[in-house]
Amino acid sequence: MTGRDGKREANIQELDRVTIRFAGDSGDGMQLAGLQFTNTSAAFGNDVSTMPDFPAEIRAPAGSIPGVSAFQVSFSSYDIHTPGDEPDVLVAMNPAALQAHLADVPKGGTIIVNTDEFNEVNLRKAAYETNPLDNGTLAGYRVIKVPISSMNARALKDAGLDTRQIDRSKNLFALGLMYWLFDRPLEPTLRWIEAKFSKNPLVAQANATTLKAGYNFGETAELFPVHYRVPKADLAPGRYRNITGNEATALGFLTAAHLTGKTLFYGSYPITPASDILQELARFKNFGVKTFQAEDEIAAIGAAIGAAFGGNLGLTGTSGPGLALKSEALGLAVMVELPIVVAAVQRSGPSTGMPTKTDQADLLQAMFGRNGECPVAVVAPATPSECFDMAVEAFRIALTHMVPVIFLSDGYLGAGSEPWLLPDIQDLPRIETTHPTDPATFKPYARDPETLARPWAIPGTPGLEHRIGGLEKDDITGNVSYDGENHDRMVRYRQEKVDRIANDIPPVEVVGDEAGGQLLVLGWGGTYGAILSAVQRARARGLSVSCAHLRHLNPFPPNLGPLLSRFDQVLVAELNLGQLRLLVRAKFLVDAQGLNKVTGRPFLIREIEEKINSMVKAEVSVR
Amino acid sequence: MTSGAPRAPETPHVPLARKDFVSDQEVRWCPGCGDYSILAQTQKLMPDLGIPREKIVFISGIGCSSRLPYYMNTYGFHSIHGRAPTIATGLKASRPDLQVWVVTGDGDALSIGGNHILHILRRNVDVVIVLFNNRIYGLTKGQYSPTSELGKRTKSSPLGTIDYPLNPLSVALGAEATFVARSLDIDVHHLISTLDRAAHHKGTSFVEVYQNCNVYNDGAFMEFADKAVRPDRTIQLEHGKPLIFGKDRDQGIRLNGTTAEIVHLGNGVTEADLLVHDETRPDPAVAGILARLQWPQFPVPMGVLRAVQRPTYDDLMEEQIQQAVSRQGKGDLAALLAEGDTWTVG
Repeated sequence: MTGRDGKREANIQELDRVTIRFAGDSGDGMQLAGLQFTNTSAAFGNDVSTMPDFPAEIRAPAGSIPGVSAFQVSFSSYDIHTPGDEPDVLVAMNPAALQAHLADVPKGGTIIVNTDEFNEVNLRKAAYETNPLDNGTLAGYRVIKVPISSMNARALKDAGLDTRQIDRSKNLFALGLMYWLFDRPLEPTLRWIEAKFSKNPLVAQANATTLKAGYNFGETAELFPVHYRVPKADLAPGRYRNITGNEATALGFLTAAHLTGKTLFYGSYPITPASDILQELARFKNFGVKTFQAEDEIAAIGAAIGAAFGGNLGLTGTSGPGLALKSEALGLAVMVELPIVVAAVQRSGPSTGMPTKTDQADLLQAMFGRNGECPVAVVAPATPSECFDMAVEAFRIALTHMVPVIFLSDGYLGAGSEPWLLPDIQDLPRIETTHPTDPATFKPYARDPETLARPWAIPGTPGLEHRIGGLEKDDITGNVSYDGENHDRMVRYRQEKVDRIANDIPPVEVVGDEAGGQLLVLGWGGTYGAILSAVQRARARGLSVSCAHLRHLNPFPPNLGPLLSRFDQVLVAELNLGQLRLLVRAKFLVDAQGLNKVTGRPFLIREIEEKINSMVKAEVSVR
Repeated sequence: MTSGAPRAPETPHVPLARKDFVSDQEVRWCPGCGDYSILAQTQKLMPDLGIPREKIVFISGIGCSSRLPYYMNTYGFHSIHGRAPTIATGLKASRPDLQVWVVTGDGDALSIGGNHILHILRRNVDVVIVLFNNRIYGLTKGQYSPTSELGKRTKSSPLGTIDYPLNPLSVALGAEATFVARSLDIDVHHLISTLDRAAHHKGTSFVEVYQNCNVYNDGAFMEFADKAVRPDRTIQLEHGKPLIFGKDRDQGIRLNGTTAEIVHLGNGVTEADLLVHDETRPDPAVAGILARLQWPQFPVPMGVLRAVQRPTYDDLMEEQIQQAVSRQGKGDLAALLAEGDTWTVG
């Protein structure tokens, strides 16, 4: 917790940033508690950033370490870009949660433990030989022992629910306690409870009761000498909501449909961490959205291609293993030059890997994972809310250039959240599409002189009956052709078509010294917040460090090459073993260095800062 | 050019002829291939359907049969191996105004694309699937297929196959198909009338066509398909009629419990003892028995085994959207973006 001088009320201390991690068994409702805390804080006016961390197993054995589910939220009175390197406060609902997360809490941090769960059985399941509450394990931490389970049970003894139902409400007791500790209003969560359990008034009443009981307990128990307040952040004016990356992605695609006046068709096969997008879009039926839960990944993209052939917005979504399965069909989309978007939310690979953990190791798959010369445009959002903009951008590129586009998100962005400044729909530029209707002039593979896009003639148009397919097409006529010279020309057209997208995208922006300097940290995707924070800190210490973050990965923005050449050193920080670095080195002959990790977790700001320090010496930086 | 129009304008209906459905592309199947007959009957059928040419789309996978879309002067999509049903599903679900045909083969539909065939059938997407079954891989030059008879010697099975074959009609019935039929490339009248029935069925129509590959599996069906023996070795299924076959129409199929048996009419056996074909029977069990009748134990059933009504996937999808709109009102994007708790800064 970072404090500010001055303002102190009787027992309220003002802080400018706090990071809390809620951790418990996967059945304990930690995601819900974390999300409620986030929404309340965001609505209160803080900047927020979150990171859920849950196991791949739906219900691993209760009380076990693999069954621990956690949610980290950082909230602040200033603009923040990450969910925090380490928690200031850990809420541990059982011994396994303490065991799994204690190492991340710095000494001096606050640990709130649910003492009721620290019994012999649970301690054994958490691999504790003796009770960490008494054996000195927690020395140096501020430990607050609260019998959360039993206090929740007592609060609800007359609620008319059975023991199991009562126990399930204990997360709200803990949440209430945290609301008191950080001086948050209860109303947003009380409203949410009322709406969520409107059909089950007993449960609604019980949840509200225990939430208040937790809050009141904080006020009366005197366990905490002070409580804290994090004032509102100074955000850009406008209307905000808190949003996860996957929610923003779904809304972005829906908005793309709105901006084109076309039907959005989403074919998808459920896969972590992309399933949210399917579930979100399935809610939007009254917008005319058609969602198709396919029998497999291939059917999902096949249906999207079919929809695009019919003149609609063809969209499919997946994660790395599914992207691999879609490869052949993606090649078909390249060959028939139809506009589809593939949303790929990356997770730890290879193979099944660690499905609920994040990764950036599918960049090269997105770039090259197909047979033949098969270029596909690739865009990547940098923050959860930016998923909205890049989803629109993906369709803008696909439709303008008649190409498939991969929207490359990741699990950290997809599940993480932040406040989102709501866009004004009226202000968003329309995406223009055209369909030829004149049989006299129509040629299936004639090209737009500027973009090289071929015409999008759709079934139902009289006189334009034509056949497309995966066999090589004759230039202009689109008839099947096995002519080698024609093939060479068509391969180059398809490459050139993607290359020319560079004329139609914004330049990559530099934070720091546009004119160049000692070090440029280059990144892409969900590492944005950590890189930016680290570079800001380094610059505050006077180091000659700048950063640039790519949203367009294929093609690169045209100013990237010149930009790289203006820096003495280039560091590419990414959650893989150097995939963007490989591309940058190959394309620009620049001796880029790498900062790489593949632990399934995002970069800590500190990790990037340390790398910067090792590359740039402070004394040299004074120019 | 029109801007953003999801559907092309309607055109006044003018009577078309077979030649209107012949594309300018040279047909490249081997001379003597059964595919020619299927193409000819398909082109011949088209004008009778009364659907404007631009509203018809042929979608195929990979294999000899899958070249058919190139030869049809309609919209066409020659896709990738086994995946035609997926493209057809996306197209039909998003463009219910089109008539969509899937052209496939035994390898394309039942081997590499087996999964998609199951699912398009159970969903009952309103498309026509024509499966050219020649029991061999032709385009790759003569390897065995998932319908090749057990023990068949081919280039890839010099000692004979050890893979038990699939029965396409049993697969279709097992996948809850609402329309299941079989025809024969050289029986052109039967073929065109079967395709006509399929085209008029609402829901997925599955038609298996026995098709001779005269290069790699010549005469695969001749033992029962040859004109001279066909009346004795096949049985024509007619709705509401007893199952009678034979040149002299003196034999029939009777059910003994759940087992089919051949009986000779006369000596106390009358038509009343025979199984009466009912293609509309909700339970597919009897159709399943018929699907499994094979030469030489039985005459091979030809015609429509099953034709039942069930809501189509594309209709249900539209319906859900209409219901959502009438229940919630037409979507308001600005309101949706601002869903949940919002707050204002400044």
